[in-house]
Amino acid sequence: MEDTAVVVAFYVLVVVTLGSALMVATVRDLIHAVLFLILSFVGVAGLYITLSADFVAVVQVLIYVGAISVLMLFAIMLTPRTGRDNASVPFAAPIGVLAGLVGAVIIFVAFKTEWAKADGGNSFETTAAEIGRALLDPFVIPFEVASVLLVVAMLGAILLVRPGSGGDAG
Amino acid sequence: MIDLEHVLVVAALLFSVGLFVALSKRNAVGILMGIELMLNAVNLNLIGFARFVESPRPIDGQVFSIFVITVAAAEAAVALALAVAVYRLRQSIDVDRLNILKW
Repeated sequence: MEDTAVVVAFYVLVVVTLGSALMVATVRDLIHAVLFLILSFVGVAGLYITLSADFVAVVQVLIYVGAISVLMLFAIMLTPRTGRDNASVPFAAPIGVLAGLVGAVIIFVAFKTEWAKADGGNSFETTAAEIGRALLDPFVIPFEVASVLLVVAMLGAILLVRPGSGGDAG
Repeated sequence: MIDLEHVLVVAALLFSVGLFVALSKRNAVGILMGIELMLNAVNLNLIGFARFVESPRPIDGQVFSIFVITVAAAEAAVALALAVAVYRLRQSIDVDRLNILKW
């Protein structure tokens, strides 16, 4: 399971993910930023596969790479070209220092804590079947609440952009 | 050899890049992109814990990340609808110029 190919794939995907996330922060055009964000999502999906979470990787590709990115591209294209600037606020440097400090604290805690690691890690034979059983046995209530949340979010989104609601009449 | 700490470091770096994007962008869609990056970092942590930490039912970490993805999808739909509605109202989605709630 833990052979060199998986390790090499992990680090290559780490470089792709973090590099395209940094490009999201620096690139000027908002469309390009969304395209780099998609690349970053694909990289995270690959990381899930190397961590033996194949079902979550497929869900990541379907939801993030498929749905959320298309939603973002549509939101950008519904606003004209002048609204496509990916500029930062004038005081970006202290924000960068703050974000770096937060990351440093998280890394420090991650190395400081004594994690209760399993010997050789947990390897999953079939994740989809196990996740399905977990969703229908210990997690039934959250599962149902999530479906209600999705319906409410869908209704809210439709209501917000319906012509004649809010602002001018479409 | 991939270890738990490596995954946690990658997730921490991804989280801080997402935090920077979410705090520093002026465009509402840019802020949303930062939030999505942070949620991805959290999911990566959960998957790493499910893979490496001892637990009676290790699949729970993956179930949690499925729930996080669900909430992220709902949040993105509502936030982008808000962005389009705000654009119709103000002809701009620059959050610096959004002061209609100001007293």
